[in-house]
Amino acid sequence: MDAIILQILNGLDKGSAYALIALGLTLIFGTLGVVNFAHGALFMIGAFCAVTLKKILTLSYITEDPTQTDFLGKPLKVATPYVQSWFGESTGAALIDWAVPLAILFSIPIMIGIGFIMERGLIKHFYKRPHADQILVTFGLAIVLQELIKTFYGANPIPTPAPEVFRGSYDFGVILGFEANAIIYPYWRMVYFAFSAVIIGAVFAFLQFTTFGMVVRAGMADRETVGLLGINIDKRFTIMFGIAAAVAGLAGVMYAPINSPNYHMGMDFLVLSFVVVVVGGMGSLPGAVLAGFMLGILEAFASMNQIKAIIPGIDQIIIYLVAIIIILTRPRGLMGKKGVMEE
Amino acid sequence: MLGLNKKDTTLFWIVAAMSLLAPFILNPFPEGSSLAQMFNAGYPDLMQRFVIFGILVIGFNILFGLTGYLSFGHAAFLGIGSYSAVWMFKLVGMNVIPAILLAMIVSGVFALLIGYVSLRRSGIYFSILTLAIAQMCYNLAYSVLGNPASSYNLTNGETGLQLSLDDARIFGESVTADGALPVTNFFGLAMRSSYKMDVGGWLFTFNAGYYFSAIIMLISFYVSIRIFRSPFGMMLRAVKSNQQRMNYTGLNTRPYILAAFVISGIYAGLAGGLLSSMDPLAGAERMHWTASGEIVIMAILGGVGTLVGPVIGAGFNEYFKNILSKINDSVLHDWLAFMPDGIENLMVGFLHYFVGKGWHLTLGIMFMLVIIFLPGGLVEGGQRIAKKFGRKKKSDETSTTPAE
Amino acid sequence: MGILEVKNVGKRFGGLQALSNVELSVKENTCHAIIGPNGAGKSTLLNCFVGKLMPDTGSVMFDGQSVLGRTPYEINQMGISRVFQTPEIFGDLNVLENMMIPIFAKRDGAFRMHAFENMLDERDVVEKAEHMLEEMGMADARNDHAASMSRGNKRRLEIAMCLSQDPRLLLLDEPTAGMARADTNNTIDLLKQIKEERDITIAIIEHDMHVVFSLADRITVLAQGTPLVEDDPENIKGHPKVREAYLGETQAV
Ligand SMILES: Nc1ncnc2c1ncn2[C@@H]1O[C@H](COP(=O)(O)OP(=O)(O)O)[C@@H](O)[C@H]1O
Ligand SMILES: [Mg+2]
Repeated sequence: MDAIILQILNGLDKGSAYALIALGLTLIFGTLGVVNFAHGALFMIGAFCAVTLKKILTLSYITEDPTQTDFLGKPLKVATPYVQSWFGESTGAALIDWAVPLAILFSIPIMIGIGFIMERGLIKHFYKRPHADQILVTFGLAIVLQELIKTFYGANPIPTPAPEVFRGSYDFGVILGFEANAIIYPYWRMVYFAFSAVIIGAVFAFLQFTTFGMVVRAGMADRETVGLLGINIDKRFTIMFGIAAAVAGLAGVMYAPINSPNYHMGMDFLVLSFVVVVVGGMGSLPGAVLAGFMLGILEAFASMNQIKAIIPGIDQIIIYLVAIIIILTRPRGLMGKKGVMEE
Repeated sequence: MLGLNKKDTTLFWIVAAMSLLAPFILNPFPEGSSLAQMFNAGYPDLMQRFVIFGILVIGFNILFGLTGYLSFGHAAFLGIGSYSAVWMFKLVGMNVIPAILLAMIVSGVFALLIGYVSLRRSGIYFSILTLAIAQMCYNLAYSVLGNPASSYNLTNGETGLQLSLDDARIFGESVTADGALPVTNFFGLAMRSSYKMDVGGWLFTFNAGYYFSAIIMLISFYVSIRIFRSPFGMMLRAVKSNQQRMNYTGLNTRPYILAAFVISGIYAGLAGGLLSSMDPLAGAERMHWTASGEIVIMAILGGVGTLVGPVIGAGFNEYFKNILSKINDSVLHDWLAFMPDGIENLMVGFLHYFVGKGWHLTLGIMFMLVIIFLPGGLVEGGQRIAKKFGRKKKSDETSTTPAE
Repeated sequence: MGILEVKNVGKRFGGLQALSNVELSVKENTCHAIIGPNGAGKSTLLNCFVGKLMPDTGSVMFDGQSVLGRTPYEINQMGISRVFQTPEIFGDLNVLENMMIPIFAKRDGAFRMHAFENMLDERDVVEKAEHMLEEMGMADARNDHAASMSRGNKRRLEIAMCLSQDPRLLLLDEPTAGMARADTNNTIDLLKQIKEERDITIAIIEHDMHVVFSLADRITVLAQGTPLVEDDPENIKGHPKVREAYLGETQAV
């Protein structure tokens, strides 16, 4: 029992990331009809927003401390971050400690901006081209973006820890009546899950309760009719692209402490996110979320030793296997609409 | 000639001449000169990669170029071919022919299975299915099937599958007389043996492995021309053009596409087998989905659906990868020495990001530019230039009209 | 007994009963027109004949055999060819190649792997294709890119492709929709000529009364998914129910 709960919890954080990326992919596919292979790169850029903010906050000036000496006997050089000298030592330190959450604010305008530039500058010209061309050009863009990141940040993962208070783990087992240490779950992963839930809720609320969202949903269902009503749907779709980019970016920002950002994390997540979208049903937002969590949890279960003992390697392929079976037996996925991309 | 029309025959001989004379063509600068260091590409391993990736992309083009089905998992067949060949070297012997045949057979069987499953869907779903299945193969090769401790260690995981001194090699020796690993050979002709020709300041290397691969590439190229001009090839182009019409015309499209898929899978397996024949070491990274992406990139760069496009695309990609990765800051400073110092430093600082380790970036940008502005690839670019200069060279391989 | 016997066919799309109780009998070597206002279910009915749609109820028999549950290519191989509302040809291929494909399909069946022959060495196929082009007056367009032709010529090519298979039943879905008057008249003449020269049964869906009355031997009027009347053309012209169906439509428009 405790093992099952633990696996569900373990699946939640990856599932949250899958769900957030898949949500954005689906928004873009549903509104613009574009298959965006660069979406993983947006997730990665989000994570590097956290890295960047951390770097900015820790920008330091060097002073010499004559009271101490380094190993060569010279006065010790001390690096003091500017923020500490501007805001005082403790406030500055707190700012640095909270770099990742702060990066949420920092990343939103950046991600929306990148989204706009991408859509207006590139994707717009590919609406009328075949899906294969869209896949290829966004794949090319993904390569370029990841190489740019590699150029400026190097090839090694950059550890970007969560704020001090969120480090460490919580012993869930005790409150549920299990032995101590049976179910241990890191605080930050709880934060990540809650954060994803909030973002997902916000996106759905936005689509459900604002007129803007209503128009977009109507456009997703039937683009032509909405166009005929004289509503400029394209402009709204551009904005949706920005929002989708921001969602992917935020997923990345908060993922930074879970997995040290590296330049190829986008590509790693991309394939899985596509699988998630397909399993959920192309064009279905609830489907993307559901499938994201479902596959995340399934993956966690498949990596249990008891299960791997029965079917070796199942943890490596479970997601793909599920996806293949779903595509073959139920091409519209779990919650896809009838007739949308069923061929 | 050879059952080809005049234009195709010419094309074939041009490619044949270029590949057979490659050791000269690729080494235009005298040995040891700074230009040679940069631009000469007549090294055996590089030349081998030109033709082997040529085979790979020629095969990919039979699927994507003719039917329009974009497979994002073709690297799986390359990897499967590589592993099969190394196993043949380990178990049977060091002759490359059985190894290559096994590579083709195994990858063909895999292609049949994977194609049968993936082709139940078309469009994006097909791409994602191939992507998912290939990624599954990669993950398996990396984990369970590659765990040295497990009983089904087929791939040797991260280390890669390689020869060892205690391999069986039923029809050969496990260890040579002087205690070393035996080398791959074609009935005794070692793949790594080379003949070097010193002419003036020039040094030309004629490598057995290269010529072996080049000849196989030419055979593959010839077969692909025949397929392009056959009724079968026409059916595949018709699938790409209008699958619905095909169905209502009484043709079952699926076996046609599956046949194309299997053929291109066999081509990829052949390429993989050749890679192992040149260097008997197979690693899982050859199967990663980004490697599949690179196949797509090469095909697009050259020109999808054209006959020579794949050869050009593969050569271009490998050549520029090689050159770009060799350019470093001091080379840039040399080249830009004519500029005022300030500007020179600025330029070098800027270009620095696109060369050396940054070559991925340059190729990525180039790939995007080609898709955006030149969907027909370099072949189309060449045609446009030819047209601009008014030469009435009626171009050739893209035209679907098979002139006699 | 007609060559095409449709009994009690019904088809539902969600809440919409697109077809109900459709009965139809097309006699061999006649031209049978199916007319009706927009949205009457004409195309839906046709799609049930060729394997694109599976009706919920009823049966469709071609020459004594059921076509239901067969794939489009199997139905084609039985001898039914279909012309679409918008011309469906192989736009990326040239005209001769377009002509050759259905001839290969007729000769070799649904699939044959001839990957190593040169397609131009298939003399019998090439000759038949060229002959057909000549008959249709398209011999000059032999090497043209099919996508670059006019809509009228595309239609002509599509009909030629269907005819090259010597089908027993030719299905046409609004073959003149969206055509200029001159192209329409050309198409009428072409179909008339085909009717006279060949042993062929034609079932045509049409909106344009001029086309219908120039060609049809027998007419079925479909409205809201059910046949209203089936009769000879002269009786259809003044039929009150037909008027009603069409007038109803004109008012609604
Ligand atoms: N695939 C489908 N799904 C849902 N409704 C359909 C579908 N095809 C046709 N319809 C509906 O069925 C009705 C009949 O359509 P159709 O047969 O195309 O009419 P016609 O060809 O007579 O103009 C229309 O109301 C149309 O909207
Ligand atoms: Mg209709």
